[in-house]
Amino acid sequence: MSELVNPTVNTRPIALEIENLVVGVGKTGAGKKIIDGISLQVREGETLCVVGESGSGKSVTSLSTMGLLPRDSLKAIGGSIKLVGEDVLQATDRRLRELRATTMAMIFQEPMTALNPVVTVGKQIDEVLRTHTNLGAGARRAKILDMMEQVHLPDVKRIFASYPHRLSGGQRQRIMIAMALVLEPKLLIADEPTTALDVTTQAQILKLIRELQKDHGTAVLFITHDMGVVADIADRVAVMRHGRLVETGALKDVLSAPTQDYTRNLLSSVPSLIPRAAREEVGFNPVVLEANELGKVYRERSMFGKPREVHAAQDVTLTLRKGRTLGIVGESGSGKSTVARCIVRLIDPTSGGIRLAGREISDLSRHALQPHRKKIQIVFQDPYRSLNPRITIGESICEGPINFGTKHSVAMARARELLELVGLPPDAVSRYPHQFSGGQRQRIAIARALALDPEVLVADEAVSALDVSVQAQVLRLLDDIQTRLGIAILFITHDLRVAAQICDDVAVMQHGRVVEQGPAAEVLANPQQPYTRQLLDAAPGRGWDFSNFRAVDGSAAVPAAV
Amino acid sequence: MLGYLIRRILAAIPVMGVVALFVFLLLRLTPGDPAAIIAGDNATPEQLDRIRTQLGLNEPLYTQFFSWVWRLLHGDFGTSLISNVPVLQMVNQRIEPSLSIALCVMLVSILVAIPLGVIAAWKHGTWIDRFVMALSVLGFSVPVFVIGYVLVQVFAIELRWFPVQGFRSISRGFGPFVERITLPTIALSFVYVALIARMTRAAMLGVLGEDYVRTARAKGINEGGVLFRHALRNAAVPVITVIGTGFALLISGVVVTESVFNLPGIGRLTVDAVLARDFPVIQAMILLTSGVYVGVNLLIDLAYALLDPRIRY
Repeated sequence: MSELVNPTVNTRPIALEIENLVVGVGKTGAGKKIIDGISLQVREGETLCVVGESGSGKSVTSLSTMGLLPRDSLKAIGGSIKLVGEDVLQATDRRLRELRATTMAMIFQEPMTALNPVVTVGKQIDEVLRTHTNLGAGARRAKILDMMEQVHLPDVKRIFASYPHRLSGGQRQRIMIAMALVLEPKLLIADEPTTALDVTTQAQILKLIRELQKDHGTAVLFITHDMGVVADIADRVAVMRHGRLVETGALKDVLSAPTQDYTRNLLSSVPSLIPRAAREEVGFNPVVLEANELGKVYRERSMFGKPREVHAAQDVTLTLRKGRTLGIVGESGSGKSTVARCIVRLIDPTSGGIRLAGREISDLSRHALQPHRKKIQIVFQDPYRSLNPRITIGESICEGPINFGTKHSVAMARARELLELVGLPPDAVSRYPHQFSGGQRQRIAIARALALDPEVLVADEAVSALDVSVQAQVLRLLDDIQTRLGIAILFITHDLRVAAQICDDVAVMQHGRVVEQGPAAEVLANPQQPYTRQLLDAAPGRGWDFSNFRAVDGSAAVPAAV
Repeated sequence: MLGYLIRRILAAIPVMGVVALFVFLLLRLTPGDPAAIIAGDNATPEQLDRIRTQLGLNEPLYTQFFSWVWRLLHGDFGTSLISNVPVLQMVNQRIEPSLSIALCVMLVSILVAIPLGVIAAWKHGTWIDRFVMALSVLGFSVPVFVIGYVLVQVFAIELRWFPVQGFRSISRGFGPFVERITLPTIALSFVYVALIARMTRAAMLGVLGEDYVRTARAKGINEGGVLFRHALRNAAVPVITVIGTGFALLISGVVVTESVFNLPGIGRLTVDAVLARDFPVIQAMILLTSGVYVGVNLLIDLAYALLDPRIRY
């Protein structure tokens, strides 16, 4: 394992040194070892990215450092975690509380829930100062406002007095960062801090963390599952799997010459931003789905004054042919899910038309729509919540066909076939959702959708909740099913990498409108609209071609975090 | 906020109107001649006639209703058929014991139950948690009269620390008031402590798993601050609801406690009125009870809005 040979970083004092950390399940830690002998080191002014898939133990490592492990279920039973020389595993509760925010601080994944909803954000930052310093009210306020300026929040005085729900996700994460850094800790732990954010916001937050790190010389332990983010922010990388360290080294070394198979696989699973070549259209493929100037307006009734109107979708026109995949790409609030739900008629569009297999369905009543429902099926984002936990997989898959008059025994036989098709054992029919992993559940959800032999499959962020290696498998499965069954797929995603690899055509949405649409190879390789360009520029890790272990020519191949 | 308050008060008017209509019809729609029902089986025709005129039964129904409402709005709730005392005066005499008991019980319950619930949630799964939960099961399951008589036996009869029964107005001295209100307050508090502690524990358990609680701990705040400043305020909404409805229940009368401790409260007034078919008093009690509920619900909603800035008004 080669370390980064950068004299300016390598000679700086060590802020965090984890040695042989072991964390076990249970009050005494006697159960299964979640972390099994991890050793890490972060120097001041350096960013170490801990990367791994779910269950790798990366978050447990960071919580151990903060002393925030849930007391009755996890316990550190071996090794040491030295924070500027002091072992936090041996520290008393009181000492730990003193160290938090002053010497080590943490920011979390979900800015939407990490702030107390009933306290103004200014007060929440103030609490840090009141707990750890003796500053007077005026001095504290001045310090907070200064810190809020440093994280580039606009109109700081107004935001100081705002409640969290008045702020956007990006603004909330800035507040979290301000709160973490206001006392200039030596170590900042960032646990997936940009995962819940849109790409453009993510790019800004990453830039901010780099900037503040440079100004304050903070050591950053950055937890992420996203190789793109790693490429953009890390000095060094540590790859974790099943509670063990797989590989550690300088960013460039790990990305360009991984020594371990697991790292190789992980990198190969990252979808490339370069769009795949468009598939040739074999003969004439009939149009199976058309959306014509589709619109959805939400009206908020108000007791006094005019009702407020929100245009969730406006003038959306799309065409999808048999056997093709159309991607709808956009950030949160762009209206992509609204369009998907209108097309499936889970919600009713306020204007425009939807033609499904040549039949106008936008104005059909619920009853008249029923026979057409089987032609279009949807797979949702969260496989943990989209399957009914109380009924077996088989019953879940059969429910649709039985509603359309198929005999139970026939439907069950078909369910077995479908499970095989999606790569699961046929006897899974008698099991329950909790017995399967996230990726398996998404396969089940796909089997359920296919049970009705639909002509169109709508995948609403269907791979977003999955780890990259699992994501790659599910994407391959969708591709395979499409080739075999000739199904048309409407693929809703926020992830440009995924879109580049699976879509024939893409439509980019912003503020409820389609801003650009065309063949994926053109739109994503040569965007015409500024918004599309902005999205592509913000995509993390665009300097790297991960699966080929090399930097992409002509762009910022050198990581910006130097 | 003020606009919200006004809107809510305006919205309470139709509710009270419906209640008033129901109360009015209660008497009129009872089968048979209301006057005969009121007067009882042995009434003379003259008595019946007097009652009819007094109730305005000879007028059309809607006229009767509006003139009745009009009188209500002027504080005229009629006269008791039994004692011939104006109903308003009867209620006024009885409201102080009931209000005193309600306020004392709520105060004691909140002060005891909320810390208990918070600690039980904090020490979730330990003997402290189980102890609090056992206590709350006990509070629910032992009837209030049992607790009441035990308290009277031990503290009033054996130890002679408190008088056995009765009520003394606070205007006649704080000492005697406290002396007489203590035992009934304790007796009634048991069930409310149980209820509020349970609700607090459940709400706190939900909130303690939230991300912002972890954030608060990551800031290095001590556990007291985490529990009371961050968690409790977020857990407050369901707890406030229970406290509010509990308070309304208390005001509208707690017959058993009033009987055990011989308190001249609203509860016994209501029971006496029902047993004696004293319709004007019954009507007044229904109106009072509904009014209290509407008022308490309004207060609960205002408390929501104050506690949680996300609730829009």
